[in-house]
Amino acid sequence: MLVIVNGRVIDPAQGVDGFFDLTIDQGKIMKMTPSAGDMSGKGLDKRNASGNFTVFDASGKLVVPGLIDMHTHLREPGHEYKETIKSGCEAAAAGGFTSIACMANTNPVNDNQSVTEYILRKAKHEGCVNVFPIGAITKGLNGEVLTEMGDLRGAGAIALSDDGKSVKNNELMRRAMEYTQSFHLPIISHCEDPDLAKNGVMNEGYVSTCLGLKGIPHTAEEVMLARDVMLSELTGCPLHIAHVSTAGSVRIIRDAKSRGVRLTAETAPHYFTLTDEAVRGFDTNTKVNPPLRTEEDVQAIKEGLKDGTIDVIATDHAPHSLLEKDVEFDYAAFGIIGLETALPLSLMLYFEGVLSLADLIAKFTVNPARIFNLKKGSLLPGMDADVTIIDLENTWTVDVNKFKSKSRNSPFHGRNVRGEVVATFVGGKMVP
Amino acid sequence: MDKEDIDRVLTRIAHEIVERNRDCEDLYLIGIRKRGVTLAQRISQKIKGIKGLEIPIGALDITLYRDDLSEIDAQPILKKTEIPFSVKDKKIILVDDVLYTGRTIRAALDGIIDLGRPQFIQLAILLDRGHRELPIRADYIGKNIPTSRRELVEVSLLEDDDTEQVVLIEEGIHGVNK
Amino acid sequence: MGLTSKDLLTIQDLSVEEISLVLDTADSMKEISTRDIKKVPTLRGKTVINLFYEPSTRTRTSFEIAGKRLSADVVNISTSASSVVKGETLKDTGKNLQAMSPDLVVIRHPVAGAPKILADNLSASIINAGDGAHEHPTQALLDIFTIREKKGSLQGLEVAIIGDITHSRVARSDIYALSKMGARVRVFGPHTMIPVFIERMGVTVCHTLEESIKDVDVIIMLRIQLERQGDFLFPTLREYSRFFGLDLEKLKKARSDVLIMHPGPINRGVELSPEIADSPYTLILDQVTNGVAVRMALLYLLIGK
Repeated sequence: MLVIVNGRVIDPAQGVDGFFDLTIDQGKIMKMTPSAGDMSGKGLDKRNASGNFTVFDASGKLVVPGLIDMHTHLREPGHEYKETIKSGCEAAAAGGFTSIACMANTNPVNDNQSVTEYILRKAKHEGCVNVFPIGAITKGLNGEVLTEMGDLRGAGAIALSDDGKSVKNNELMRRAMEYTQSFHLPIISHCEDPDLAKNGVMNEGYVSTCLGLKGIPHTAEEVMLARDVMLSELTGCPLHIAHVSTAGSVRIIRDAKSRGVRLTAETAPHYFTLTDEAVRGFDTNTKVNPPLRTEEDVQAIKEGLKDGTIDVIATDHAPHSLLEKDVEFDYAAFGIIGLETALPLSLMLYFEGVLSLADLIAKFTVNPARIFNLKKGSLLPGMDADVTIIDLENTWTVDVNKFKSKSRNSPFHGRNVRGEVVATFVGGKMVP
Repeated sequence: MDKEDIDRVLTRIAHEIVERNRDCEDLYLIGIRKRGVTLAQRISQKIKGIKGLEIPIGALDITLYRDDLSEIDAQPILKKTEIPFSVKDKKIILVDDVLYTGRTIRAALDGIIDLGRPQFIQLAILLDRGHRELPIRADYIGKNIPTSRRELVEVSLLEDDDTEQVVLIEEGIHGVNK
Repeated sequence: MGLTSKDLLTIQDLSVEEISLVLDTADSMKEISTRDIKKVPTLRGKTVINLFYEPSTRTRTSFEIAGKRLSADVVNISTSASSVVKGETLKDTGKNLQAMSPDLVVIRHPVAGAPKILADNLSASIINAGDGAHEHPTQALLDIFTIREKKGSLQGLEVAIIGDITHSRVARSDIYALSKMGARVRVFGPHTMIPVFIERMGVTVCHTLEESIKDVDVIIMLRIQLERQGDFLFPTLREYSRFFGLDLEKLKKARSDVLIMHPGPINRGVELSPEIADSPYTLILDQVTNGVAVRMALLYLLIGK
C-alpha cells in the first residue's frame, strides 16, 4: 500500500485541483482524501522492507494522473540500435509518461497479429510503463492494401495509423475509414501530400529561400488534412490528426469541429516552441516531419491549444542514431526525440499564460484516454494507480547525454527549462 | 638626416650610377615598395638631369616572396608589382630605403629573377644600418649608420609621408637622433 | 589585417571590409598570371585539397591553378573514384584528410551546409566551392571583382540576375555580395523558379524580361539545368529560351553599355544566343580570368602565413 501525501492534486477528468492524499493499493487508486494540512513535508517519506514507498511526500509538488503519450516511435522490432521497448519505456518514465502508444512503422511493420503480440510480450517483460501498439492502416505501409483490422484489434492494437506516411489513395482511405468502424479502432492520420512534399527537408518559407534547401509548403499538410476531414464527414469515421503544425491546419480543424465533424487533433511540443529559424546553421536535430514552421504557425498552434481545437499534446518521439543524424542535412533522417522534454516544454504554455495548469494536464491525460478509449488518465478511485509527481519550480538544463533514451537527437540540448518530473508511478510502483 | 642630407645623398648616388654605367643603355631602376619606388623615381629624375636620359622605373612588391611572413603580426597588405618592361638581359638597379638584415633584398632578387634573367642586378640603398643575416651588400650607399638591434630606423619621404627625414628611435626611449 | 574566420563558407559571413580586402588582393594577384613564369613562392609547402562531390571542370581547375601559381601542393579528389562511393560519410572523409594535415580544403557538395561539417571538424581552412543551392562565395567574389574592374564601384549599380533563382547558389551569393557592396538587385525567371519571400532578401522581382533588363548596368544570366524539366518547373527549352533567354533582339531593350555575365558553362541558344555568347558585350572570359586571381587572393589570405 502507498499513500501519496500533501501534493497539489490536479485531475482534469474529475475537475479536481486541490491538496489531497492519494491512497493506493494493489496497483489501484483506493481513495482521495483532503490533506492533513502539514505542508512542511520534511521526512514524511517512508519505505517498507523491500524498499518500496509506503508514504511518498509530495509537498510542494503537483500530483497528476500518469501522462499518456499517443505518439511514440519505439524502434523495436527492427531498429533496436535507435531505441528498444525497454529504453523507450525508461525514457517515457523519466519524462513522466505512464502509458505510451507506439506507431507501426517498425521493421517488420506492425500490420499483423504477430508483431502486435511481439510488442506486447516484450513490453510486459521489459517495459516499465504501459505500452499500447498502434497497427498500420495498410499492409507494409504501402498504401495499397488494407490490413486485417479485426486481427490487429484482437491482438491488442488500440488504433490504426500509417504514420510516417499518408494513405495517398483517396478511395483506399475512404474504405479504411469505413472498414474500421466494424472494429472501432480510431484512425490517426499523418497528413502529408507526398508530391507537394517530395524531397523537401524543411518548411518552405523565407528561411528555406535563404538557405537554398528544398521546402515543404504548409499546403502539403493542409491538402491532405482537408481530404481526410471530408472523408471523415462522408464516412462518419472519427479521425485523429497527428502532429498538427500549421496555422492553416488549425483553421481547417476548428472549422470542421464547429460543423460537428468527429475530429480530434494533437500537436508536438516542438511545434509551439521552435520555428524554422532554428534550422539556420543546418543542425540536423531540427530536421523533422512535419517541419518546424513559422512564428505565425506557432501562434496559431498555441491558439488552437487554448480554444480546444487541438485536444492533445503528443511527443512524436522519433529516435535516430548518429548514423542517421550526423550527416549532411539532405541525407539526415527526420525526427526529434521528445519523451524527456515534453513536460517542461509544455509547461511553458502554462507559464506564458496560454493554458491553465488543468487544461495543460488534460492534454496529456483525460483527452488522450478518451480518444483511445483507455481506462487511464484519471485518479478516480478504481483506476490504475498511474501517477506522475511534478516539481513546478525546479529549473534545470536539458542534457541529452543524461537521457534514458538510446538516442540523442534533440534540438533542446542545453536549453534552460522549468518543471521537472520527480517521480513516476505505474500501477502503484515507482518506476524505474 | 634631414631634407638636404637626403637630397645630397641621392644626387651622389645618381652620379655614381652614371659613372659605373657609362652609357646607361639598358639600365632600369626597380624600387621595392613602397619607399624604394619613391627613391627610384628621384634617382631617375637626377640621372635625367645629369645625362638627359629617361631611365624607366618599375615597382616591385615583395610580400609574396618574404621568408618571414609568419613573424609579422599582421598580414601585410599586398600591393601590385608593376614592372612595365621585360627584365631579360637588362641591367637592373634595385632601390630600397634601408638595408638591414638583407632578407628583403633576397626576396626582391627572387621576385625579379622570377620575371626573367637580367644581365645583372645592382643595389642602391639610402641607408645601411648593418646587422646583415645574409651575404648581401649594396653597390651604392647613401649613408652608413651603425645601429643597435633595439633601435628603429624610420624613413619619411614627402611623397609617402608628411615629412622628409630619417630618424633613429630607441625602443622605449622617445629620442630623436638625426 | 586578414580574414577573421579560418574558413570561407558563405558571403554572408564576410564584412564589407573583408570583401574589399579580397578584391584588392586579387588585383595584385592578377599580375602574376600575365608573367612568363606564373609562380610565386608564397604558399610553398602548403597543401591544398580539392574535395569535389559534384563534377566541375572550371571551378576545380581554377582552384588548382590558383594554388599552383602560389607554389602550393594541390591534390584533387573527385568522388566518382573514391571512398565516398564506398559509403564513407563526409565527416569520416574529412577526419581522414585531416590526419594528412592539409592546410586548406576546397569543397563542392550537393547538399547545403556540408562545408560547415568540415569546418567544424577540421582545423584546416575550408573554402566552400558550392554547397547545394545555398552559396558559391568565390563565384560572387569574382563576379563583383569583374564588375568593379569595369565600373569602378558597385555602389548604386543596378544588377539583374536572370534564370533559375530557386536552385542557384550563384544567385544567392551574388545577391548577398551585391547588396552588401551597395548595388541594387532585381531577379527574373519563370515564376516556378523564383523562391518564396525572396523580396525579403532586398531584391526586386521583375515580371518580364524587358522589365528586368531595362536601364540595368549588369545582367547576370544563370544556367538552366536541363534536368529541371522533369520537376514540372518549365515545359520545354524552346519556351524557356523564347521568354527567359537573351538574344540580340531582346538586348536592344537594355542600355548599349550593359555588361553581360554568366557563371558558366553556357547552354548556347538557351539562356544566351550564340551571337551574344561570342560578342564583346559579355565578360564571361574575364570572369574566368578573374576567378583565378580571386582564388589566389583567398588562398593567400587564408593560409598565406
